[in-house]
Amino acid sequence: MRSKPVILVLFVHLCLSLLSFSLAISSGDGYTITGRVKIQSMGVKGFGAHAKSSNVKVILNGGQRVTFLRHDGSFSFYNVPAGTHLIEVDALGYYFSPVRVDVSARFPGKIQAALTENRRGLGELTLEPMRVEQYYEIREPFNVMSVVKSPMGLMMGFMLVVMFLMPKLMENMDPEEMRRAQEEMRNQGVPSLSSLLPGAARSS
Amino acid sequence: MAMAIRVFLLSLLFLSFADHSFSLYEDQAGLMDWHQQYIGKVKHAVFHTQKTGKKRVVVSTEENVIASLDLRHGQIFWRRVLGANDAIDGVDIVLGKYVITLSSEGSILRAWSLPDGQMVWESFLQGSKPSKSLLSVPINLTVDKDNVILVFGKGCLHAVSSIDGVVLWKKDFSAESIEAQQIIQPLGNDKIYVVGFVGSSQFDVYQINAKNGELIKHTSAVFPDGFFGEVLSVSSDMLVSLDSTKSILVTINFQNGEISFKKTHISDLFEDHSGIADILPSKLSGVFAVKINTLLVFIRVTAEGVLEVVDKINNAAAVSDALSFSEGQQAFALIEHVDGKVLLTLKCSHDWNNDLLKESVEVGHQRGLVHKVFINNYIRTDRSYGFRALIVMEDHSLLLLQQGATVWSREEGLASIVDVTVSELPVERAGVSVAKVEQNLFEWLKGHILKLKGTLMLASSEDIAAIQGMRLKSSEISKMTRDHNGFRKLLIVLTRAGKLYALHTGDGRVVWSLLLPSLRKSGSCEHPTGLSVYQWQVPHHHAMDENPSVLVVGRCGPNSDASAVLSFVDTYTGEELNSLGLVHSVAQIIPLPFTDSTEQRLHLLIDTDKHAHLYPRTSEAIDIFQREFSNIYWYSVEADNGIIRGHVLNRNCIGEVVDEFCFDSRELWSIVFPSESEKIIATVTRKLNEVVHTQAKVVADQDVTYKYISKNLLFVATATPKASGEIGTATPEEASLVVYLIDTVTGRILHRMAHYGSQGPVHAVFSENWVVYHYFNLRAHRYEMSIIEIYDQSRADNKDVWKLVFGKHNLTSPISLFSRPEVILKSQSYYFTHSVKTIAVTSTAKGITSKQLLIGTIGDQVLALDKRYLDPRRSVNPTQAEKEEGIIPLTDSLPIIPQSYVTHALKVENLRGIVTVPAKLESTTLAFAYGVDLFLTRMAPSRTYDSLTEDFSYALLLITIVVLIAAIFVTWVLSERKELQDKWR
Repeated sequence: MRSKPVILVLFVHLCLSLLSFSLAISSGDGYTITGRVKIQSMGVKGFGAHAKSSNVKVILNGGQRVTFLRHDGSFSFYNVPAGTHLIEVDALGYYFSPVRVDVSARFPGKIQAALTENRRGLGELTLEPMRVEQYYEIREPFNVMSVVKSPMGLMMGFMLVVMFLMPKLMENMDPEEMRRAQEEMRNQGVPSLSSLLPGAARSS
Repeated sequence: MAMAIRVFLLSLLFLSFADHSFSLYEDQAGLMDWHQQYIGKVKHAVFHTQKTGKKRVVVSTEENVIASLDLRHGQIFWRRVLGANDAIDGVDIVLGKYVITLSSEGSILRAWSLPDGQMVWESFLQGSKPSKSLLSVPINLTVDKDNVILVFGKGCLHAVSSIDGVVLWKKDFSAESIEAQQIIQPLGNDKIYVVGFVGSSQFDVYQINAKNGELIKHTSAVFPDGFFGEVLSVSSDMLVSLDSTKSILVTINFQNGEISFKKTHISDLFEDHSGIADILPSKLSGVFAVKINTLLVFIRVTAEGVLEVVDKINNAAAVSDALSFSEGQQAFALIEHVDGKVLLTLKCSHDWNNDLLKESVEVGHQRGLVHKVFINNYIRTDRSYGFRALIVMEDHSLLLLQQGATVWSREEGLASIVDVTVSELPVERAGVSVAKVEQNLFEWLKGHILKLKGTLMLASSEDIAAIQGMRLKSSEISKMTRDHNGFRKLLIVLTRAGKLYALHTGDGRVVWSLLLPSLRKSGSCEHPTGLSVYQWQVPHHHAMDENPSVLVVGRCGPNSDASAVLSFVDTYTGEELNSLGLVHSVAQIIPLPFTDSTEQRLHLLIDTDKHAHLYPRTSEAIDIFQREFSNIYWYSVEADNGIIRGHVLNRNCIGEVVDEFCFDSRELWSIVFPSESEKIIATVTRKLNEVVHTQAKVVADQDVTYKYISKNLLFVATATPKASGEIGTATPEEASLVVYLIDTVTGRILHRMAHYGSQGPVHAVFSENWVVYHYFNLRAHRYEMSIIEIYDQSRADNKDVWKLVFGKHNLTSPISLFSRPEVILKSQSYYFTHSVKTIAVTSTAKGITSKQLLIGTIGDQVLALDKRYLDPRRSVNPTQAEKEEGIIPLTDSLPIIPQSYVTHALKVENLRGIVTVPAKLESTTLAFAYGVDLFLTRMAPSRTYDSLTEDFSYALLLITIVVLIAAIFVTWVLSERKELQDKWR
């Protein structure tokens, strides 16, 4: 008596799962996998050129079969035997995760799909790009900061600082202190380049 | 402190070429690379030249490409590349807006939008029996106001709606055992005739109602002599065929369902010829063409079925289908070769003696014979009819002839490259300088203003194009001499048509081309195929005055036991120096590392009987060879039997004729893989010309490991027979992949590793001391890439400096084959997203620059992946020292950075191979990817550390120097003045 509801639940579950997945039509010895590729214009400028859906290819099992998209983005593979297959979408400018598609032999026509990159299951075979691929570096627009930040700019900046600020600093310095510093310098001698280098400094 | 600085510097260096070691700005595209689009050898062509819209021709090719070409210039409007096993059987245009293609042996019918090539519908036609596939688009046949496409494929006749591809009706012939030959649809009639043979001698006609596919009538008749080959329809109720002896022409009349045969001996038609005849498949109305030996005979069929010879043509090459161009008038084109020119004749089917057109066109002598011709008509301004002809040549090129001239031509041979090699360009001699175009000041200024605009982002698209053109001009990439950096070279490519092209690496233009006479069809060589091309002579040092040459190896037939042909071609002039038709076959070609006094490289050709033949056949070569006789080993792979064998040379051949250039071989070792569990699916070795800079590799903490850089290593991948097919056929439990590293001299297996639950296809690349391979992991259902690195342990003790100083190292000790090499292997696997078509690795002149893998993905792009991502020493938390060395923290999958696609926003359709060529500049390598398209780019895997980049701003440098000098003067003057003031004070 107790086992009855369990069976009923199982039955209902089975029916639901059958409904929720896209049904493949059995044809001869194989099934038909039908899906859709959805590419919204992702709002990125300049990608209209190679986002044309007319040259999008859908590839089954690494090149075993190749098909193209219809106007509405749908595609079909016919006469596919039961088993686990791999579908890849080749669209220039977009990154698609390959999709694992299980065509069940036990429940004829039941298809399960999952993205292989993140193992996310797909209710129906609607493939969307994971991201837009930008093949070119984006050139920074011209601005003053980039010139200033460049090595040349830094050099110029340093020079300007030395030219205009150092005299000011010197002026503000106490003449006594200045003399002392100069004397100290004289005692030490001219600092050579080698003493500035860390390796030589250790040895000296 | 010093440590910190070093860390900082190293990390800076690391960051500088960490991710985007190959990346481009959009305006840099096309500066260092070029891309050419092709379609392949044309099989069918359909013209679309209505008054409105662009004039175009839709073609399908042997590379499974369907393309729409501009009839005026020959450019590609659009192009679709179908899958590798989706060969196109037929193409047509319906409703004036859809292109219909039938492919996959008559099972897939697709409609493409004519203007842009978008697929409109696709229908899968089912059938059970493989058969000839026929596509027929009747002109006036409608069912419910819907134009119908008739398709015969897989033993069934389908009527398909041309609007949405729905199958209207289907008639299955698979039970009738008929081999359908033709679908005939008489004009203004609702009947379809399917005619064909049952067995070899029964002829059947099925009359079918075009509205619903019902069988109206089925008649058959037996022809006792038997038929040969195919039938050709001459008119709506008359067919022509040959009997089984090919000496009797049979006309078949099936009017009103009554079949009657009429035999005509070919010897009755003309006395002087007897022999074997072939009917050309050109559809001409009332007339058909028969080829007897070299003679082409046109035969007219009268209404009673009587045959009469109309014309005999001796050097005809091709005949087009008939084209009806005005009320009831039909014409066809006949191509003849006269004095090296192509003679195009337009014949009217009904009025034989009146030629509509007779034009002689020069097409160039390197194109060979005409293979196919398609014609189209147009109305001239004076309202007379003009004709244009599209011809397909022996070298696969496509030409449009109109008004006695070649309007455009396409070098479609380049779509089917078989092998690639490189040749240097001539050295620039003193006095032979290329004239420079003088620029006046205004132009110079204008150019600089444009460049300034470009940097300030103010340039319009036209300006950008102008800047691009200026840059191309100034960079001198297309000069015909050697350059200092070694960027300019000649790519010598061999195509399937047996034509050799020299492409300039600078801009990809064809410098010369040669249709190899030895690879053309001849009496002694029926089906010649080009196999490979090698550098035969690379002059340097003492043979500087000679031109370099290449060796082209071909074979007279599809089987490996067919006799070989060799051809030697000068790469500067593009002329064939010499050619040899060999008596032996060729199974393997081994370029030896020895050259003779004229810098000719010694090559060893192994035939199918395992005899080795030495080339060049000179006494000097044999002297050099005898010295190294005992050091020559090679291996052979028999993938079908699962055996790898090692061979060694034995002694001179024993035969009737004494041949001192022929040697016997002895089997040294063999490895037999168990056929029930392992099948060889891939073998890879190192490239022979690869340069390794150093054997030592410095790892973290100033430690040294030694790479095992033997050139005799072979990587072999085997898979279980069940899993050696495609993905989706095997379950993880029954699939396993085993990889081996085998020493090809001793036959010793250095390493064996199994990947359970994985399967092929395996794509691998072997370089220095590592091998990277790509395979499919069925458990994760993802692709994986693994790396194996091999290190030499016998050298590991040589780390101590004192040992080296006192000579106690073993670096010079001989390596014995009897001792087991002490190697240590490190391996790691990563996920990789895409399917892969091919993998290559960058190669540089000295091998100092770090390496990048070039991965040809399923999307026909080439991805540059830094080798450091495939380092077996990557760990989750690298230590400080490891970080310093440049080890990237471990991730489970390899990154795909869009900016590191070397093909940037382009595709190399049907990518088949990638070749890398080192430039003279150490940092730079040239990468050439070929498929239906060609793509060449210059890349620097560790950036151009040995030269300034193209976009280096000399102007800024100059300005800075000028400003600095000015500042020095200003400060000097200022300080002088101040000093003076101080003194006055």
